[in-house]
Amino acid sequence: MSKNSSCPPPEPETSCCPPNKDGTECCPPAQSTGPCCAEVADDRPGYKLWPFVCGWTTASGQQIPKVATRLTATDIAGRWLMRWGFGRTRYSIAPGLYAIGTPSGDSPVLVTANYKMTFDILRRDMYGHDAWILVIDTKGINVWCAAGKGTFSTDEIVRQVKRVKLQDVVKHRTLILPQLGAPGVAAHEVAKACGFKVVYGPVRSSDLPEFIDTGNKATPQMRRVTFGLVDRLVLTPVELVHMWKHILYSIAALFLVGGIGPEIFSLSAAWSRGGAAVATGMMALLTGAVVTPILLPWVPGRAFAQKGAITGLAIGLAAALIFADTLGWLNTLALIIATATISSWCAMHFTGSSTFTSPSGVEKEMRRAIPAQAAALLVGALCWLAAAF
Amino acid sequence: MTTPRYIENVASLKLDKDRCIGCDLCTVVCPHGVLVMKERKADIADLDACIECGACAINCPVEALTVKKGVGCASAIINGWLTGEEPNCECGGSC
Repeated sequence: MSKNSSCPPPEPETSCCPPNKDGTECCPPAQSTGPCCAEVADDRPGYKLWPFVCGWTTASGQQIPKVATRLTATDIAGRWLMRWGFGRTRYSIAPGLYAIGTPSGDSPVLVTANYKMTFDILRRDMYGHDAWILVIDTKGINVWCAAGKGTFSTDEIVRQVKRVKLQDVVKHRTLILPQLGAPGVAAHEVAKACGFKVVYGPVRSSDLPEFIDTGNKATPQMRRVTFGLVDRLVLTPVELVHMWKHILYSIAALFLVGGIGPEIFSLSAAWSRGGAAVATGMMALLTGAVVTPILLPWVPGRAFAQKGAITGLAIGLAAALIFADTLGWLNTLALIIATATISSWCAMHFTGSSTFTSPSGVEKEMRRAIPAQAAALLVGALCWLAAAF
Repeated sequence: MTTPRYIENVASLKLDKDRCIGCDLCTVVCPHGVLVMKERKADIADLDACIECGACAINCPVEALTVKKGVGCASAIINGWLTGEEPNCECGGSC
């Protein structure tokens, strides 16, 4: 907070404090002693206030930041960067207690992870409600993954409950946890350790207002994880970004090997044959990592490796029909085999993004698929090499 | 919309009905409707939908449920093979 010691201009939907009736820019003080909105309340050396903090409230002698329920352009840009894998390892906020709306001692306490994208979606979905948000330290990882890794855990929840002295802030003794936090948390152990009863809320935070309004009741639909088109689509870019190093090495290798031929090594062949191989590889990559995930429910088979091979084969055959005349039969064969194999490998890795694969299942499909993929890749490579002579 | 089905007859989930006290929590936490209540006890209704996330087992106050917990992620399992450690996905966000 540099020179701006007054409130941001009143924006009813953005701000946690409603605009003043007299049109002044200052929000009402949070408490009788509280400062005006975000004014210098935490303007301490070395600290920088998050833009989503739009005021302060005092509970049991603690200053608790109020957060806006409307996302800003920066929040949305940040989400897009995350989807493409930029800075994912440090997109976190400080653990602790936050306020949404004007919560009192009777307001619900929602527990969440300290991944900023998770926190952003939660506060957006809680628009118009009063609640406390207890952010626990999951090392900037989302709830479900953190529960799997054991950072969204019984111990961490108990630690944060005690650290923020939650028993002094609220009169009730109930924590609402996201259902997908359950793999890391033993509800009965939390109750034993800190006296707060755990209630598992819905899977999606968008169902939270309804869940709370109906007295903490979830419909069967709120309890089920789905994997719709949008869910699948938003997870595809990060898979590609994760592979960029392998992609670069592969491109270099393909240009190098592409030059091998009757004249031992030819630069023009490296360019033409290598270039064609790189184009094939890219096509296969997109088939396995983007097209297959999009078409996931409709491609036959259970194993992702099989689904990837089928789409890869289809796209490879289509490309073969177009280019067969110029490529010759060996190259065409290599094109089809490589497309199916690489697509299969990439699709197999989408198991990690999916919501319905079990580790036992993934292990089973990999034990079958990897030897087959290795063999096919070898055959494809030999066809391609042989075509040069 | 229905979630696609995955590979069958592999899930390691086991239920000891004699231990079950019928608290219902496992049916609440399961994200795929694997468990249901039947005659005041938990019952495995759809084993092949189980993703072995471990939510039911860790929340069972009487240890009636057991499962080989893990993440259904190829990269994690390959990491596990290569390092000889437990499968671990270092993919950060939405794995």
